[in-house]
Amino acid sequence: MHPSPLLKVAGLYKNFGGVQAIHDLSFDLARGELLGLIGPNGSGKTTAVNLITGFVKPTEGNIIYNGQNISGLPPYKIIRMGIARTFQMVKPFYQLPAYKNMIIPLYSPRVKKRVGGKYGDRDAVALDLLEEVGFERDAFVAYKSASVLPQGYLKRLELAKAIALQPDLIILDELFSGLSLAEVASIVPIIEKLRLEGKTIIMIEHRLKELFRIADRIIVLNYGEKIAEGFSNEVMESDAVKKAYLGAEA
Amino acid sequence: MRNAQLNSTDSKHRRKERIDRGIKARSSDIFALSSWREMLYLAAPRCIPIVGCLMLPLVLGIYWQKVLLSVAVFALLAISWDILEQSGMISLGQALFFGMGAYTAGVFNHYFGWPPFLTIPFASILGGLISTVILLPVLRLRGIYFSMVTLIIPLMLVRIVEATRIFGGTEGLSGITPLPSKWLELYLIVGALLGALFGFRRMMGSDYGLVLKAIRDNDRSVMNAGINVYWFKAQALFIASAIGAFAGAFMTHVYMFVGMPVFALDYSILPIAAAVVGGPGTLAGATLGAFILVPLSEILRGIGGLRIVIYGLFLVVFIVALPEGIFHYIQRKYHQFERWVEV
Ligand SMILES: Nc1ncnc2c1ncn2[C@@H]1O[C@H](COP(=O)(O)OP(=O)(O)O)[C@@H](O)[C@H]1O
Ligand SMILES: [Mg+2]
Repeated sequence: MHPSPLLKVAGLYKNFGGVQAIHDLSFDLARGELLGLIGPNGSGKTTAVNLITGFVKPTEGNIIYNGQNISGLPPYKIIRMGIARTFQMVKPFYQLPAYKNMIIPLYSPRVKKRVGGKYGDRDAVALDLLEEVGFERDAFVAYKSASVLPQGYLKRLELAKAIALQPDLIILDELFSGLSLAEVASIVPIIEKLRLEGKTIIMIEHRLKELFRIADRIIVLNYGEKIAEGFSNEVMESDAVKKAYLGAEA
Repeated sequence: MRNAQLNSTDSKHRRKERIDRGIKARSSDIFALSSWREMLYLAAPRCIPIVGCLMLPLVLGIYWQKVLLSVAVFALLAISWDILEQSGMISLGQALFFGMGAYTAGVFNHYFGWPPFLTIPFASILGGLISTVILLPVLRLRGIYFSMVTLIIPLMLVRIVEATRIFGGTEGLSGITPLPSKWLELYLIVGALLGALFGFRRMMGSDYGLVLKAIRDNDRSVMNAGINVYWFKAQALFIASAIGAFAGAFMTHVYMFVGMPVFALDYSILPIAAAVVGGPGTLAGATLGAFILVPLSEILRGIGGLRIVIYGLFLVVFIVALPEGIFHYIQRKYHQFERWVEV
C-alpha cells in the first residue's frame, strides 16, 4: 500500500454566521479505505463533505488530497482531480430521462476523452452504468424522465453519476436514507464492488448496522467536533458517543 | 413488412396508427426508412421552412421584402434569446448584442472604410466578445438579477453615447456603405437565419447542448460533474451575443446608418415575445414567433393609435390559447398524424 494518505484533513473550521458547523476537524484517509462518518442530525457531516468537495469554503484549515492542498479550490477542479460525491438531497436533471442525466458526468473533462462522444457512444456507456446500479434494462427504467422516478432510483442515479466520473475517492452522503431495507441490501454489493476495484470511500450513514458491516473505520461528529474515532464496535462503546449519539436517538 | 401491409389494397381489417410509430420504434436518431411516406414525414419539417424561406424573396413585393428583412433579424434575436434561456439565463437585453454589432460594423466602416463583407463577420465576433465581457461579472448572478442587469446596460449605453458624443453622439454615423445588391441583402439574412436555426438546433440537441440545458436545471449538479459551469455559460453567452451582433451589423449596412436607436427596448422585448408566442426551447418556435409577430405589427400599422392595444390583445390571446407555444402545438399535432395499417 501507498504510505502517504490519499486525503488529509487538518484543523478544519467552518462557521456559518454564529453557527460552528465544523470545529477543528482533522483526520487521515488511507488509499482503499472505507471510512464511515456518523453523528446526529446537524452535526456537520454534510458540511464536511461540502468542504472537501469545494462547495463550501473553509473558514480555516487545510485539505490535502494526493499531496496537494485543495482547500478553497472550486468544485469542478476538485472533482476533476478524482473526488466524486453524491448529494444527500438528490439533484437530478428533472427535465431529462435518467440515461441523459448520465451524459453530464460523462461529458466531464475527466472522462470525456475516454468514453468518446459521437454516434451515441455516450448513451451506451450511460445505459451500462445505470444497469450496474440496478436500472433493469428490460424494464426500460433508464429511459424514464427523472421527474417521475421514485426516490430509490434517484439515489441509484446519484450513485451512477458519481461512478461515471471514474473517481479515486467517492463520498456518499446518506445514500441509504429514504430507501427500503431491500433497496439498501441491493446497493451494498455495489459499494463492496467499488472497494474491490480499489476505490477509497467515505460513507455518511444513519443506517449503522449496514455501515458497520462494511466500514473499516468510523468517525463520530457532534456539533462539528470529532468526538470519537476507531473500529465500529469500539466507537460505540465510547461514553461521549453514547451520550451524544445514542442519547439523541433513544 | 408493415409497409407492405400499408400498401396492400385490402382494407377490410385496418386501424389507424401514428406515422412516427414505425420510425421511432426503430431508433430515436438512426432512421430505417421504408416508404416514401416515412421519408416525406421526416423531411417535410426541414424542407418546408428551407424552401419557403428561399422562395419568399422572389414572391414578395418591395415593401414586404423589407418586412422579411425585419422578420429575419428579429428571428435571429429570438433564437439568440432562446439559446440563453435554455442555458438558464433570462436576458432582457437583446438590444445590447444588437447594438454592439451595429456600432462595431458602423465604426469600422465609417472610420476605417472596411467593406460590409469584412465588417459584418468581424462585428459579429467583436460585438459578441464585448457583450460577453460586459456581462461576465454578472454571470454568477442567478434568475432575475442577471435579467435586470441585461435590461439596464443598453439603456446606460444610450446615455453614454449621448453624454460623451462618441461615434457621432446623438446624430449617429450616416453614409455607411450599403450591401452591393438588394438580392444579396435578402439572401444573406435569410441564409443566416436558416443556418442559425438548423445549426444551433443541432448544437442544442448534442451532448454539449445537453450540458447547457442541465445548467439551467441544476447548476450545482453540473459543477459536481467536474464541469466549469461559468465557462460553459460564457460560451453560451458568446454564441448568443454573436448572433445578435450579426443581426445588428447587418442592419447597419441596410439602413446605411447607426445611432442610438440600436439600443432601443424593441430589440430586447420583441424577440422575447416571439420566443414565448412561438414556444421557447426549440429555436424553431422563436423563429415562427418572429414570422407571426413582425408581419402582424406591420399589418396593424394602418390602424394608428390603437395599434399597440390590438397587438397586445393578440399576444394575450396567443399565450392564453396556446401556453405551450405555437411550435410545440404544431409539433404535437404533427406527431399525431396517422396512417392506416392492417390488424
Ligand atoms: N449553507 C449553510 N448556511 C448556514 N448554515 C448551514 C449551512 N449548511 C449547514 N449549516 C448548519 O451547519 C450545521 C451542520 O449542518 P450539516 O452539515 O447539514 O449537518 P448534517 O449533515 O450532519 O446533518 C447545522 O446547524 C446547519 O444548520
Ligand atoms: Mg447531512
